[in-house]
Amino acid sequence: MVSDQIKETEQLEDIREIVEKIGSTRADLIPVLQEITNKFGYISQLAIKELSDLMSLPTKEILSVATFYRMLSTQPRGEHIIQFCESAPCHVVGGREVFSALQDALGLEPGQTSADNKWTLLTTSCLGVCGIGPVILVDTDMYGNVTSDQVKNILSRYD
Amino acid sequence: MAFYRSTVLVSVDPVCIEKGAYELIDSLQDELIKQGLIDEVQILETTRLGDPQVYGPDLTIYPEGTHYTNLTYYDIPRLVEEHFIKGRILKQYAAVMTDAIDEELTAPKTKEIRVVLQNIGEIDPRNIEDYFAFDGYMALGKVLTEMSPDDVIQEILDAKLRGRGGAGFPTGLKWRFAKQAEGDVKYIICNADEGDPGAFMNRRVLEGDPHSVIEGMIIAAYAVGSSQGYIYCRAEYPIAVSTLNLAIKQARSFGLLGKNILGTDFSFDLEVRVGAGAFVCGEETALLASIEGKRGEPRARPPFPAVKGLWGKPTNINNVETYANVPRIILKGAEWFSSMGTEKSKGTKTFALAGDVNNTGLIEVPFGIALREISYDVGGGIKGNKKFKAVQTGGPMGGCLPESYLDLPVDYETLGEAGSIMGSGGMIVMDEDTCMVDIARFFMEFTQDESCGKCVPCRVGTHRLLEILEGICDGHGTEEDLEELQELSDQIRKNSLCGLGQGAPNPVVSTLKHFMDEYKAHIYEKRCPAKVCRSLITFEILDGPCTGCTVCARNCPVNAISGERKETHVIDQDACIKCGICYQVCQFDAIQIT
Repeated sequence: MVSDQIKETEQLEDIREIVEKIGSTRADLIPVLQEITNKFGYISQLAIKELSDLMSLPTKEILSVATFYRMLSTQPRGEHIIQFCESAPCHVVGGREVFSALQDALGLEPGQTSADNKWTLLTTSCLGVCGIGPVILVDTDMYGNVTSDQVKNILSRYD
Repeated sequence: MAFYRSTVLVSVDPVCIEKGAYELIDSLQDELIKQGLIDEVQILETTRLGDPQVYGPDLTIYPEGTHYTNLTYYDIPRLVEEHFIKGRILKQYAAVMTDAIDEELTAPKTKEIRVVLQNIGEIDPRNIEDYFAFDGYMALGKVLTEMSPDDVIQEILDAKLRGRGGAGFPTGLKWRFAKQAEGDVKYIICNADEGDPGAFMNRRVLEGDPHSVIEGMIIAAYAVGSSQGYIYCRAEYPIAVSTLNLAIKQARSFGLLGKNILGTDFSFDLEVRVGAGAFVCGEETALLASIEGKRGEPRARPPFPAVKGLWGKPTNINNVETYANVPRIILKGAEWFSSMGTEKSKGTKTFALAGDVNNTGLIEVPFGIALREISYDVGGGIKGNKKFKAVQTGGPMGGCLPESYLDLPVDYETLGEAGSIMGSGGMIVMDEDTCMVDIARFFMEFTQDESCGKCVPCRVGTHRLLEILEGICDGHGTEEDLEELQELSDQIRKNSLCGLGQGAPNPVVSTLKHFMDEYKAHIYEKRCPAKVCRSLITFEILDGPCTGCTVCARNCPVNAISGERKETHVIDQDACIKCGICYQVCQFDAIQIT
């Protein structure tokens, strides 16, 4: 319990720092939420409450923005986030096979996080690199022209 | 500007990165420092130089043009010693120089005219001086010293430049509205939220020539009377965001942004705002809401942003490509620009050409070019000599046009009249193996997922359209479905709040109009003519060609295929899940799809 409290205090400090750095006006809300998602993997209830005080916004307003955008998450996510492009150009060059290989390798459905908290599997809208489809994005590393048999190799780079 | 005797271009294609391109760069940098050559040899990162599977990691050294392939970082000390110190080519790694491959943007083909894309691949986007060398910011200089804001607007009006985001509203008129709108604070916004799947024209401009967009925005700000601008770029484009931020910093350091630009009274500054993953934010009022820190939901227009935009102030919003055209119009003149194109659509348009044509990638063509010329002359014709079936323009809110429309000149009006739209520039050519009902379903899946949910016609309507289309693809279609699709489409189109909902039925309406036969085959004959819809096809093994090699039986994931070696195999139709693997693995063309 004590360690939980320490964690909470640390998280609150980080959130205050983020707001101080980016700003506390309404227009800063989305960049702040993005930074919190990057830092903690998701936007916790605690974070929303703290932001409500810091930015003088009702919690429901913050929650409504946080749940609107695909890149913001109110659910905990894994250490590494894998995004698979599900758009037509990737789909037609073998994306479907790659995605099932990816799902098999991870044992996850889109939107799920692995039990060991290592991976979160998401689908993403078009990344605009259609010339090298199918495309997988692991955190910020992009892999293009992916084939089904490369999937395991790519994942093993994050061991 | 620093001068180097040699430039090393290292391919940082994803495959090359996987094979150690960055280790190569680090090692090269270390070795050049060690040998005291770091001020003489410049290292640049580039896209693929050759097939990365065959050659990667590879680099090319200029001015010699030597292409060294399959390198590892162990090889670097020797390479530096031999090539740079002793001046000898290390033959063991030197490959015959093949043409550099940029799969997204090749050298211009016949009938292409490059205006917006002219600098891409020619200049280093991360160095403003490269842009200067290609007449960069000359147009801004001309505007600030020789032209009044009204002159600028008149020039853009004379050029007949229209919005490249898709709607095609005259840009000069938009600027005039924003200029005339009352208010002391006005904003300039660049819509860089390029969300249409398969459309990446704007990304290449932002990554390859960011200053052309920034210069266009500064000129617009001068014309409208704005001192603050925003570029709203989608978060899926991290390289574009970092390139833009660097470009803005460099422009500021040269006095091209900030207070008293080029020593005049005019002040203007820019900021990049990054989206958070919502397709609907490409709609201008949703985009404004997002910059303001709200849910990206559109609102009814009027009032238009030119009157009431960001934080209620007059705001001018244009697309990336529109702004990139501006400096070129100012420098070369309205007459030059309007000499290209049709009566109402002037200049050029970039497209991301995709699908079943031989040459896919970015193209830039003058308005008025026929769809046939794009598909066959620029696109190089249909892959594998198959038959053309349809061309889809305008992204997920666009429509599909059949072969009889191929000679249509491409401009805003004719595409609209034909039942499609210009859109932002996605163009997909489809061959005879495409099922048009399945295509309509695919696009509807996208729009119903991206509907923001604010208005009912779009939220519920797109969902219902998708359900009906799924039913037809699954073989449950009825005659009433056709009427309902049409009626529902009309309602969604008329009653939705924004362009997303109003355009959402287009893929359905255009395929109903031009490919009714295929809908009827699905509904009345329970048959998919293109043999795509899984529920409506069966796989059978032909007696003659089957050699009984057992490959199909061994690969079938549900063990639905049986038969003795060297005897014709049989598929158990009840067990078959129609995955198509047998069709793919059979080497004797013995699997028939009916």
